[in-house]
Amino acid sequence: MEPLQVADKLKERFPEEVLDVREFRGQVSVTVKKGRILEICRFLHDDPDLFFDYLADLCGADYLGKKENRFEVVYHLYSIRHRHALRLKAEVPERDVRIDSVMPVWIGVNWHERECYDMFGIVFAGHPDPRRVLLPEDWEGYPLRKDYPMKGPDKEWGGFVDVLERSKKYRQYDWYQ
Amino acid sequence: MDESEKSFETKELTINLGPQHPATHGVLRLVLQLNGETIVKCTPYVGYLHRGVEKLGENRTYFAALPLTDRLDYISSMNNNVGYVNAVEKLFGIEAPDRAKYIRTMVAEMGRISSHIVWLGTHVLDIGATTPFLLSMAQRERILDLFEMVCGARLTVSYPRVGGVRNDISQEFLDQLYEFVLDFPSNMDTFETLVTENRIWKERTVDIGVISAEEAVNWGLTGGTLRGSGVDYDVRKYFPYDAYDKVEFDVPVGKKGDCYDRYLVRIGEMRQANRIIKQCIENLPAGPVMADAPKFTLPPKDMVLKDMEHLIHQFILITKGPTVPEGEIYVGSEVPKGELGFYFVSDGTGKPYRMRVRSPSFIHASVLPRLSEGGLIADVIANIGTIDIVLGECDR
Repeated sequence: MEPLQVADKLKERFPEEVLDVREFRGQVSVTVKKGRILEICRFLHDDPDLFFDYLADLCGADYLGKKENRFEVVYHLYSIRHRHALRLKAEVPERDVRIDSVMPVWIGVNWHERECYDMFGIVFAGHPDPRRVLLPEDWEGYPLRKDYPMKGPDKEWGGFVDVLERSKKYRQYDWYQ
Repeated sequence: MDESEKSFETKELTINLGPQHPATHGVLRLVLQLNGETIVKCTPYVGYLHRGVEKLGENRTYFAALPLTDRLDYISSMNNNVGYVNAVEKLFGIEAPDRAKYIRTMVAEMGRISSHIVWLGTHVLDIGATTPFLLSMAQRERILDLFEMVCGARLTVSYPRVGGVRNDISQEFLDQLYEFVLDFPSNMDTFETLVTENRIWKERTVDIGVISAEEAVNWGLTGGTLRGSGVDYDVRKYFPYDAYDKVEFDVPVGKKGDCYDRYLVRIGEMRQANRIIKQCIENLPAGPVMADAPKFTLPPKDMVLKDMEHLIHQFILITKGPTVPEGEIYVGSEVPKGELGFYFVSDGTGKPYRMRVRSPSFIHASVLPRLSEGGLIADVIANIGTIDIVLGECDR
């Protein structure tokens, strides 16, 4: 199926949810509301003509000051059987950074969603293991947000401060006593 | 049950594997809960090598972010570069000339052989065979020497450029590469004699870490890890880039999806990579190695030193970056580990507004609990080897 046909089919099935369809260099992005994302994904996965069995990637994006809804969660879908691709984007406003997890549909999205939470602070409802994945548990802030400074926060991370203090302590230790 | 057995109290044991452990191929930490020798629960912890490549990429021009991709999967930096420049070229809407495409295909396949051969050596070393490791390092050394000949660097090459490659290759390089290509099948035979039918090897890998085709696709596995389960998804065939649509090669697939099948698939891939290199050398077209797109590619260095126009051009491209059409694009490429995808959102300036790296190792590390739980602790090592992860790419 051509990517635009896929988008049309999705629009037919969920006329209220689809906000925008765009094409750039042969790739089609469909922007949807976040409310029924799990239902949309299940439809894309289960429908025999679409059959998006492989989720290539899930990531977040931050459009601070550029778009009305600040965040977007981007799903790159591909069907290995039918060889067509689709980019699905769900808008997530800043005042309610919650979106349903799509882990019931593609189990491999597990760490992608954890990373998205880690980097953007988007909460995935229904995720079985909603911890940070790349950064330490007690890290403050979400680094890939556009208002997070490029050089990192002013104060050091607590774990690193501990290491520094320990090294100071050992420097004074008399190893030859 | 007699009295002495009753007095035993058994409980689950939690042990920590890594992050500094030679068999974890980098800084991967696994917390294992054991019942006897059986794994009850396996929890991977990653992120020790997180450098924020995506954030760095968003604050650099498209040209300046290229060396960052070297540091993703440092075993096969050439393939990462090729994937990156292909994504950027598609976003810019330019195309590299034929000769550059062939050269890129050739060096990418060299990278694939060098990465797979390191995988082969370390994987069998983890399981207990030392000889193939030493032999494989000698083979890899030859490829690294060839890389040095072509671009001066051995590991972090940054040889491909947006719109082509940095410099043309010499006849001397081609001769030596051809020599390597002719030797390679017999060298592979040596490896295979040592490993493929080895009883200890089969004992340790057959029916270990089995994953079915549907499940592997659902998990999002790619590369040799997916093809071992019998799915022929290969980005080089499904979305041909560079010269992959002009060369002939097969995609080896496994049947059962265990460690042994994944081993056979990767061995097959190395032979196919060798075949691709041979065809590239034989059919290498003549012509320029950089695209004629002055708005998007850096001008030749000798002209910059002679001519004012080119100097201004270079200055603007380096400081401000090119003017890129607005839009977003996701381009995948087949690196030795799997599908490496780049997702760019361009807002019309010289820097990507959003740069996303979809790394195969990240997904493959997340599948470790699925492969290991219920198995023995010794098989965890086989599973780490078989999914072929590099933590630099996993953590980005």
